[in-house]
Amino acid sequence: MSDIKLKTNSAKLVLALATILVTAYMWLFLHAESQLAIGALIVLALVLVIVGKKLGTTQRIEQAAASRPGLARIWMVLGLLALVAAFYDSHFVLMMICAVLLYSTACMGLTLQFGFVGVANFAGAAFFGIGSYTTAVLATHTGLPQLANIAISGVVAAIIGSVLILPVLRTRGHYAALVTIAFGILFKTFIEVNDVLGGPQGLQVPGMQLFGHAFNEGFTLFGIEFSFYVSYVLLSLVICAGAFVLVKALERSWVGLSMDVVRTDETAAATFGLHIARWKVIAFTMGNLFAGIAGSVYGMMVGFIAPNNFTFSDSLLLVSIAILGGLGNPVGLIPAAIIVLMLPEKLQFIQEYRVLLYAALVIAILLFRPEGLLPRKTRLFFSRKDA
Amino acid sequence: MSEIGQYVFNGLMLGMIYAMVAVGFTLFFGVLDVIKFSHGDTLMVGAFAGLTASTGVLMLDISSPWIRLLAVVLSAVCVTGLLGAAIAKFLILPLHKAPPLNTLLATLMLGTVMRESVRLFYPDGSNSKPFPSLLPTGSVDIGTLALRADNVILLISGLAIIAGVHFLITRTRLGMAIRAVAQDGETARLMGINFEAVVLLTFALGSGMAALAGVMNGLYYNEINFNVGLLLGVIGFSAAILGGLGNIYGAILGGFLFAALQVLGSALLPALIPNIPSAYKDVFAFAVVIILMAWKPTGLIAEKSSERV
Repeated sequence: MSDIKLKTNSAKLVLALATILVTAYMWLFLHAESQLAIGALIVLALVLVIVGKKLGTTQRIEQAAASRPGLARIWMVLGLLALVAAFYDSHFVLMMICAVLLYSTACMGLTLQFGFVGVANFAGAAFFGIGSYTTAVLATHTGLPQLANIAISGVVAAIIGSVLILPVLRTRGHYAALVTIAFGILFKTFIEVNDVLGGPQGLQVPGMQLFGHAFNEGFTLFGIEFSFYVSYVLLSLVICAGAFVLVKALERSWVGLSMDVVRTDETAAATFGLHIARWKVIAFTMGNLFAGIAGSVYGMMVGFIAPNNFTFSDSLLLVSIAILGGLGNPVGLIPAAIIVLMLPEKLQFIQEYRVLLYAALVIAILLFRPEGLLPRKTRLFFSRKDA
Repeated sequence: MSEIGQYVFNGLMLGMIYAMVAVGFTLFFGVLDVIKFSHGDTLMVGAFAGLTASTGVLMLDISSPWIRLLAVVLSAVCVTGLLGAAIAKFLILPLHKAPPLNTLLATLMLGTVMRESVRLFYPDGSNSKPFPSLLPTGSVDIGTLALRADNVILLISGLAIIAGVHFLITRTRLGMAIRAVAQDGETARLMGINFEAVVLLTFALGSGMAALAGVMNGLYYNEINFNVGLLLGVIGFSAAILGGLGNIYGAILGGFLFAALQVLGSALLPALIPNIPSAYKDVFAFAVVIILMAWKPTGLIAEKSSERV
């Protein structure tokens, strides 16, 4: 009895220490200006990860997080809030944090599609873009509250995505990949030639308005000027956390189990009486909903969208985040998004070469760690009992 | 009349280029069941290699267009042939056992690497470059349709290349080995076929074809650009899949079909619906591709394979 208590206590301690360490590291990383310091920090991270693996610290943290999932999530949120508080007035850092959160949200949608039911979607950026464009149009031409606009944008992305349902259900593998690739290119070309939606010049997106508070203006609290991005980070955090909790809940429920069976073996799934088409449709629609919602907030944050934000390479960016994170593992998305989105921004001297390096990095990871950075674990439904 | 003739001719020309790219996809899919998505960028690298060769030959004070053309074609084919074999050796074969999605993503990323490398390291690579017009430009009038000699030559040579590859695959020993590996790699190995060599040669062959398509593209438009490969790759992929993967006739059919859709889109859409820009032609073509995939999920000429359950 006391042994179990000791274990839970040590799990708490491990989680707290890990959060503080990661937060401090991220603070240093985001704060670092000189290229030398950033390089040193990257090396430090690599060394820490390798040493942590050797000494078993990483496994320890993973175990602790697995035994207290709720606590681990609270610590994650607290760590992020600490970062936001530390960078309350630096626009650029906050914008990056926000982008990481929103891309992670969109990738959680992809994780549902790729990782759970195994439906390939190479048009992530298109659904992201549908969300942004819907918000732009709704906010300019209607008086709907912005919160409703976000929801509608997600739904519109899901509905437009349902045009693809029939070909996606009927095709498999490379053929299914083609359908989504074709859709992504179709979307971008359509937006580009469509004058109503601004053509290649793009559209202005009005900012978020919530309870009379305009998100695109900075605000003052206790006499301290906060960057307007703080509001967006908080909003994205809520959305990202919501998506995360939903995906995790799905994974632990029989829904996730059914989806996994559909992915691993359709024939077996069918013999067990699972409705393959139903699960594929649910996952595909839900994934596009997530991407649409994330795109909507992203559009409001950057204030201006153009077809060039939603090209095939942007879809690839989303897919590579999802695969790098470890397919089907929503936790892995966040470090993957940080690597893909933040690293090139911080390493200014590679600015020109960043796309090249990022592509090479993805190839290297696929070659040497095909499961992604944090591979998805098998479910352990009764792990508490063993502890 | 001349307008229709021009459309048909454009369609044939585009179709030829697409078919050549699509045949590459089909060859690779045939031998290894993988999609090498950097194919479009291989095409672009080939075109740039050709451009470099042409500039090099010009520097040697040889101005005969035929020698320059020969240099362009040779260097394009050699560079991309080696490149294709190297990609197969160091990326495709190691990833052979990985999930198909990983291979797809890895080769897509490789395409990005190639595109970015040309943009960054080729002198002034980020701007589009004029491609020398090396073919005679005289034209023959047939009725009201003016047939330019260079276009006719391109069209005929495209046909010859596709026919040559077809001959190579169906009639020669190498072709037999390729078909054997495509049928069943393990058994082919047991029969004493050098599996890896055949795979590498197939990738070299397909990449060389892409390079020729790239040179044709350059000669036709008199311009090349570092990101010409992405769209051509996607179109070639669509064409290969439209026809049905692993089938050369399917790839050729798909290539011409896609070109026909584009030409049809740019010709018919403005006529049917006024005020619609012809730029919708790609929207139209890709929409039809999606509809066709819903109708025939494994392509128009379906793969001859039974699913093992």
